[in-house]
Amino acid sequence: MMDNKYLVEVQNLQQYFPVSGGKLLEKRVVKAVDDVSFGIKKGETLGLVGESGCGKTTTGRTLLRLHEPTAGKILFDGKDITNVNMLPYRRKMQIVFQDPYASLDPRMTVGDIIGEAIDIHRLAANKKDRQEQIISVLSTVGLNSEHANRYPHEFSGGQRQRVGIARALAVDPQFIVCDEPVSALDVSIQAQVVNMFEQLQEERGLTYLFIAHDLSIVKHISNRIGVMYLGKMVELADSYELTFHSMHPYTRSLISAIPIADPELSRKSNRIVLEGDVPSPVNPPSGCRFRTRCPYADELCALQEPEWKEVSTGHFAACHHLDKLN
Amino acid sequence: MSEYLVNIENERLSFFTPAGEVKALNDVSLQLREGEVLGIVGESGSGKSVTAYSLMGLTAYPGRLIGGSLQFNGHQIDQMTEKEMRKIRGNEISIIFQDPMTSLNPVYTVGDQICEVVMLHTDKNKSGANERAKELLSLVGINEPEKRLKQYPHELSGGMRQRVMIAIALACEPKLLIADEPTTALDVTIQAQILELMMELKEKLGMAIIMITHDLGVVANMCDRIAVMYAGKVVEYGDANDIFYNPSHEYTKGLIRSIPKLTEKEHSKLIPIEGSPVDMLNPPAGCPFAPRCGSCMKICLREMPPYTDVTDIHYSACWLLQKQEFEKQQAQKGDA
Amino acid sequence: MPKNKISLQLNVEDFLPASDAEKESLTVMRKSVGFWKDGIRRLKKNKIAMVSIFVILLVFILSFVIPQLYPYSYEQQIRGSENLAPMQYSQKELQTIEAGESVFPHVLGTDSLGRDYAVRVMMGSRVSLTVGLVASCIILLIGSLYGSIAGFFGGWVDMIMMRIVDMIYTVPDILIIVLLSVAFDQPLKALSQQPGFQWIQVIGVNLISIFVVFALLYWVGMARIVRSQILILKEQEYVTAARALGASSGHIIRKHLLTNCIGTLIVTTTLQIPSSIFTESFLSFLGLGVAAPMPSLGSLASAALNGLQSYPHRLFAPAIMISVIILSFNLLGDGLRDAFDPKLKD
Repeated sequence: MMDNKYLVEVQNLQQYFPVSGGKLLEKRVVKAVDDVSFGIKKGETLGLVGESGCGKTTTGRTLLRLHEPTAGKILFDGKDITNVNMLPYRRKMQIVFQDPYASLDPRMTVGDIIGEAIDIHRLAANKKDRQEQIISVLSTVGLNSEHANRYPHEFSGGQRQRVGIARALAVDPQFIVCDEPVSALDVSIQAQVVNMFEQLQEERGLTYLFIAHDLSIVKHISNRIGVMYLGKMVELADSYELTFHSMHPYTRSLISAIPIADPELSRKSNRIVLEGDVPSPVNPPSGCRFRTRCPYADELCALQEPEWKEVSTGHFAACHHLDKLN
Repeated sequence: MSEYLVNIENERLSFFTPAGEVKALNDVSLQLREGEVLGIVGESGSGKSVTAYSLMGLTAYPGRLIGGSLQFNGHQIDQMTEKEMRKIRGNEISIIFQDPMTSLNPVYTVGDQICEVVMLHTDKNKSGANERAKELLSLVGINEPEKRLKQYPHELSGGMRQRVMIAIALACEPKLLIADEPTTALDVTIQAQILELMMELKEKLGMAIIMITHDLGVVANMCDRIAVMYAGKVVEYGDANDIFYNPSHEYTKGLIRSIPKLTEKEHSKLIPIEGSPVDMLNPPAGCPFAPRCGSCMKICLREMPPYTDVTDIHYSACWLLQKQEFEKQQAQKGDA
Repeated sequence: MPKNKISLQLNVEDFLPASDAEKESLTVMRKSVGFWKDGIRRLKKNKIAMVSIFVILLVFILSFVIPQLYPYSYEQQIRGSENLAPMQYSQKELQTIEAGESVFPHVLGTDSLGRDYAVRVMMGSRVSLTVGLVASCIILLIGSLYGSIAGFFGGWVDMIMMRIVDMIYTVPDILIIVLLSVAFDQPLKALSQQPGFQWIQVIGVNLISIFVVFALLYWVGMARIVRSQILILKEQEYVTAARALGASSGHIIRKHLLTNCIGTLIVTTTLQIPSSIFTESFLSFLGLGVAAPMPSLGSLASAALNGLQSYPHRLFAPAIMISVIILSFNLLGDGLRDAFDPKLKD
């Protein structure tokens, strides 16, 4: 199973969180991520989409061991990092957060926020070197030295997100988890940030895990896309393959639910509107987790969990009725 | 009295904050006919919600209407007292909000909250109101309405709560429903359900909708007319096809260019709008979009652009359109 | 919708493209304001808080500077000047005045032992303020340390630590104070005889037991506030970001948690001072506070009760002093909360 061409790989990753409430002393868990496996090649962008509570953010954070995984393996550059001291790997794997308001310490200047990364890993020889590094990383994200002495609340959302990206870049990582990095931004700013991610990838050969709920942005930036539903990966394929030849009924309904910004096209398009709501991850349905909302579900789906199989080269899906559907 | 259900003309509204006057609305004009859907798109802080709220007479302190005329269904909203407004609110105009959790009161059951509105605006008694509540819940596609009426908001999912909010808003069959980012807090599949429901209800009840959103996709799907707002100004107004296929304001053009398209087969770079949103405390003297505009001219920095007609029902505030007119005039002079 | 086709008088130059420099001149950022500067600016605008600061300064001068310069000392008994009314002179003093020498007036009269009352009230304020400040510092130290440990580590550590807090809450504090002051009395007195421990006598055994009581009992409120703050702060994304950068727990506590708590700490400590002063006065009033001849506002008020009918001013002077101190600290605390509490920001 060891495959060296992946820079980052997770195998059968599980992340369960205990939940309080319910009856006294009753132990319940949220199966936030349940048996997820994928790999990301060097220089590639893997997109991860799904609705809130599907476990995409948890997957990204567990991958960086910001949560300790319940089970499964995480590999970086072929080495198992599930149980090692993470400090040397913190320089290689970074994260950019969704909310540019919450992810910057309001009491620190932008210079100090970026300098913190430099200090922790002792990347600067002296004060002057530190200052130069800060300014150079600020300029890569389109900010200047004048911004270094300002506090986060003085910036607009887009600028704050640039600071968040600069912080991640300060340690010169190889891999960045982008956790919904544009969904809190205004539409006109989103494209700026997306372009910056693309440009940085070209210049530095970065590898991304790009998490978002907006499939159109994920499709734009990613080489491959994984779709998650209730802690499970349901489909994984090349991004064009996935958007135009999706196999899993959930992926299909997700794609058709996205409103197209084109009046003619959207009038013509046939919507598949899913019934009902996402079930609670504390008590997920038996068998296939999507069966409660799936238009094709039958008894088999309730009894047996569908197998994760490669349907065509590089196109994985987990559904009992793939043959019937395609 | 007028062909329009809603007619806002040159509305000006400012917030008088300790840090200075914020011109939240600066010369806003909008029209909406009965049974139509108007989409207001814009970034956060562009004044789209403020416009809609002021139509309900709900302007939060320290905001104040300082000019213009607001007409709705024959009422002159800007001249009305709070007491008169209360008769219209929830009766002729209703509103649904972005976050259905905070707009429902957690200590009352869903039934109590619907009945309250029904009893407030009609002369139904408790049992009559309860009947009406059941009717409303089935109208918005909620199964087992009797069971749901006895539940508290926290027992419902996000999509279900938004349906309850819509039921409350429709209690008196309003002529106009204002939807303030009704699906922003919801997942895509739930968003599709709610949007479909709204369109269905619009057909069934014949009401007009003002849809406030930042999502161009939602607007393209639902709206007959679209107003694009930027920094407290309607920069372009027209029907959906005009805005999407023949945009005339640089901001609208930029907005449409900058969104990734799911249907695209080839990977092409996005073309973003450069720069940051306007600082509303300290707006530029001329066109607010000028600092971010790719075709900014000298006059844009000095003077606010006037509205120029593109077609009868499509107008926009951009100096480039004035430039075209100006050049046409010059050419005519030259000919003569 | 009326729209003019062509407006104003326009020139060809108006339609020339604007340069980047011209466009940039429109987007100047506002002047930078840091957290402290912003807070202090807001505090300065708050009139009530500024008046409170002024009053507190005045009280400090009155209790720490003036008694040093005052012609009478708080323990000095002037023979023949017992029970004087305010501004009254005794026979002996009148003779001295007649002899041409000047005698400083007893502004608030004297007490039954012939001690100048004004200086005693000032000394009493000094004791009360000292108790308030020192006790608040002890509470701040223990409470914030305990609370931040419980909040940061969470889980069973938090569970055990907070149950201890709950237990301390249930203990009747007056009972503990009485027991402690009795229990400490002998050992401390013995200790004060030892070389190197003379300072205990100067401060007084009772005062020390008051501090011990504060140290043992009153930090629980502070601990709870700090814990809840830390619990909120450690879930913030910037803390996760610091962890993703490889920051150690110590670094996170120092750089992110404490700096973001500091506003709350300042406010809570300021509001703790009047409540400590009040407790001290209350204990002294009951006779459990500082030892004679050292006065405190509480013990002065208590002593004044005996002659309330004849000398009402002896009760009013310390009572007014307590009220002024407590009121101004409370108002200052409110002002600080408005200025520094991040929840009201933006």
